[in-house]
Amino acid sequence: MIMAVTQTNFTIPDFSISPKIDQIGVEERAKRFTARSIKTTSKLSGLKLVLNMIDLTTLEGKDTNGKVKQLCYKAQHLHNNYPDLPTVAAVCVYPSMVKVAKNALGNSGVKVAAVATAFPSGQAPKEVKITDTKFAVDNGADEIDMVISRGKFLQGEYNFVFDEIATIKEACGNARLKVILETGELVTYDNVRKASDIAMYAGADFIKTSTGKIQPAATMPVTLVMLEAIRDFYYKTGKMIAMKPAGGISKSKAALHYLVMLQETLGSAWMSNHWFRFGASSLANDVLMQLEKERTGVYQSANYFSID
Amino acid sequence: MAKEKSNTAKLDFKLEYAAAPESKSSAKINSKYDLFINGKFEKPESKKYFDTINPATEEKIATIAEANQTDVNKAVKAARTAYNNVWSKMPAKERAKYIYRIARMIQERARELAIIETMDGGKPIRESRDIDIPLAANHFFYYAGWADKLQYAFPNKKIAPLGVAGQIIPWNFPLLMAAWKIAPALATGNTVVLKPAETTPLTALKLAEIIQESDLPPGVVNIITGAGATGAAIVNHPDINKIAFTGSTDVGKIIQRAIAGTNKKATLELGGKAANIIFDDAPLDQAVEGVINGIFFNQGHVCCAGSRLFVQESVYNKVLQKLRDRIETLIVGDPLDKNTDIGAINSKQQMDTILKYLKIGEKEGAVMHQSQCSIPKKGYFIRPTLFTNVAQSSRIVQEEIFGPVLTIQTFRTDDEVIEKANNTPYGLSAGVWTDKGSKIFNLTTKMRAGVVWANTFNKFDPTSPFGGYKESGFGREGGLHGLGAYLK
Repeated sequence: MIMAVTQTNFTIPDFSISPKIDQIGVEERAKRFTARSIKTTSKLSGLKLVLNMIDLTTLEGKDTNGKVKQLCYKAQHLHNNYPDLPTVAAVCVYPSMVKVAKNALGNSGVKVAAVATAFPSGQAPKEVKITDTKFAVDNGADEIDMVISRGKFLQGEYNFVFDEIATIKEACGNARLKVILETGELVTYDNVRKASDIAMYAGADFIKTSTGKIQPAATMPVTLVMLEAIRDFYYKTGKMIAMKPAGGISKSKAALHYLVMLQETLGSAWMSNHWFRFGASSLANDVLMQLEKERTGVYQSANYFSID
Repeated sequence: MAKEKSNTAKLDFKLEYAAAPESKSSAKINSKYDLFINGKFEKPESKKYFDTINPATEEKIATIAEANQTDVNKAVKAARTAYNNVWSKMPAKERAKYIYRIARMIQERARELAIIETMDGGKPIRESRDIDIPLAANHFFYYAGWADKLQYAFPNKKIAPLGVAGQIIPWNFPLLMAAWKIAPALATGNTVVLKPAETTPLTALKLAEIIQESDLPPGVVNIITGAGATGAAIVNHPDINKIAFTGSTDVGKIIQRAIAGTNKKATLELGGKAANIIFDDAPLDQAVEGVINGIFFNQGHVCCAGSRLFVQESVYNKVLQKLRDRIETLIVGDPLDKNTDIGAINSKQQMDTILKYLKIGEKEGAVMHQSQCSIPKKGYFIRPTLFTNVAQSSRIVQEEIFGPVLTIQTFRTDDEVIEKANNTPYGLSAGVWTDKGSKIFNLTTKMRAGVVWANTFNKFDPTSPFGGYKESGFGREGGLHGLGAYLK
C-alpha cells in the first residue's frame, strides 16, 4: 500500500523533466563558433554592437556615489575620438545607487539596472526580496537583476523557485526582469537548462548566467545551453526572451564569439541590446582599444583608455 | 507546459562574415606530375596525361600522368624488388623509424597539404586542416609504434608480411585514405603500389615527395595515377599479394570477381547508407548537431555518412524544425574560406549524380527542404537538402547518394527502428541518440553495422577499427585489426 500523501507536490508545469543536455556535444558546438573568422567590416560593426550591448557594472561593497557618477559619465562618453559611438546599454548597480545613477544618466537613453533580491547570495526571506526590488524600482530602476534561490533549486524545490521569480516579476511593475541562475553553483548543464526553463515560464524577461561573484561565471557552452532553452521557448510560445551572459567576458574577441553564437542560434532578431547584453566591467575598454587599432593600425597603451 | 504550436515561430538568419580565404601561396604545386616509381618521378610509358581541376572554380590545377599496363608492371616490379631485397629483411624497429619520419613530415607540411587537399577535392579548409591532415599523420604515428611490437599484437602467431599490396583509394579523403592504407602495410613489412583517385591525385603525389625526402628505400612505396583502367591493371596483376580497396560497391564487386580463384587477399571498404536514430529522450539540440555533422561533413561524400535519419514520432516536429533552422546557418561556398561549412561537390560527375537523386526524390513524392543560402555561380555546389515524406521503398532511402542529402523518417518503437535501420544492403555505420544507457547497448548489439556511434557521429581515431557488414565490404582498417589485414 502506498503511503498517504501529506504534502502535495503535484505541480504543473513539472520542471523535473526539462530536456537533457549532452555535455560533450554542447561543448563541441560552442567551440565551433570560435572558429568563425570575423574581420574588417563585420568586425567593426560587431565591435560597435558589443559596446551597445554592455551593462557597465560596478557591484562592490566600496562603491560610492562618486564612483557611480563616474561610471555613468563613461557609459555615455566612451571615447573622445568617437563622438558618434553608441552608448552602452545600461549601468548596473546596487539598489542604493539607483537614484544617483538615474540622475547622472538623465535622458541619455542608458538604462539603469539594479541587482536586487539579496544579491548575490539570495539568502533572505521573500519579504526582504520584494522590498529590495520595490525600493530599486521606486528609485527609478529600468531593469532588475534578481538571483534565484540556488539552495532550493538544488534541493529539487523547483516550484519554490518558480513562485519566487513570479513574485519578483510582479514587484517589478514595468521594469524588465533579469533572472540570474548563477550557473557556477548549478554545476551541470542539465541544471542550467532546467533553471532556464523555470525562469522563462515564471516570467523572466532576461535569463542571465552569473552574478560575477562565483567562478566559473559565463562560459560559451553554458550560454549556448541557455540560448537553446530560449529557442525552444520561442518555438513553443512565439515569445522572445533576452539573454545576458555576465562575468568573465573581458576581451573583444570573446565577445565577438558570443555574437556569432547568438546569431547562429537565435538569429538576427536577437541582435540588439533589447535582446542580448554583456554583463562586464572591463570589456568596454578592450573593445575601444580594438576600435582604435582598426582606426589607426596600431595598438595603443592602456593608459589612453579611461578606467571608471 | 504551454501547448506545442509546431512550426509557427521561425528564426531568421542573416549571416555576414567577411571572406577569410586561406592563402594559396604556401602550397607549392607543379604544373605536371609524373608517376612515382622506385623512388623517382618517371614519365609514363603511356605518354598520356590528364587534368585535375579545382571543383570550386572549375579551373585546371595540374596535369597528371596516366599509368598504363606497362607502368603498372614497372611499379609492381619495383615493389617486389624492394620487398625481396630490402624491406622484408630490415629490422622492424628500422622500418618504424621511416614511418615516424613520414608522420612528422606530414605534420610539418600540414598547412600546405590542407590547402592542396581543399583545392583539389573541394572540401572546406576547416575540415582538411582540423581533421584530414592531422588524422593522416596520426595513422602513421600509430602504426609506426606497432612495427616492432607485432609479436605482442598477435601472440602465438608467426609474423609474416604478405608481400606487395595493391591499394586503390577514393576521392573523398585522399590523403587520409592513403595514410590508412600505406601506414599499416609498411609497419607489417609489405611494400606498396598505391593509386589515388583520378579527380584528387595531388596530395598523394605530395606524399610521394615526402616519401622521397624521407629516404624511404626506393620501391617500398610506389604511387601511380590514372583512372579505372589503371586500377584494373593493379587488381589483375599476378605479382600482387593483396588488394586493399576503398570505393563504390559496384567496383568492389568487380574487384572481388577479378581476384576470385587467385590467392590474393583483399579488404574492401565500400558504400554505406547509415541510419542515424533519434529517440524522444535524446538531448535534441546536440542530436541535431550530430545529424548535421553526420550528413553534411565533407559535402556528404562520406561512406559512413548518416544519410537516413529516423526520429521517434513524438519529437519529429521539434527535430524537423530545428534541422530546418540549422541548415539555414550553414555556409556553402569557397572551400578555402575558413568560414565555409560546406564546400564544393568533388566533380561534375558526382554533382550530376546528386542532382539526379534530387529529381528522383521529388518524383517519388518526397518533400524537399533546402536552405536558402546563396551559392557561387561557378564551381559545383549543392545546398544542404532534407527530404521528408519518404518510405523505406524510396530510392533516395535505399541508394547511396554520396552528397549533402538527408532523408527523414519516423518510428514508434525500438524494434521497429532496428528493423528499418537494418533493412538495407549496406552496413557500414549507424548512430544512436538517447539519454538512456540501456537503450544504447540494446541498439548497438542489434545494429548490423561496422561502427555504431552513440550520442556522437563521424568520430575517427587510428586505434579504432573501421569497416563494414554486408555490401559495405569486409576487412577492417585502423587499430589492431588493420595490422592483421596485412599479415599472413
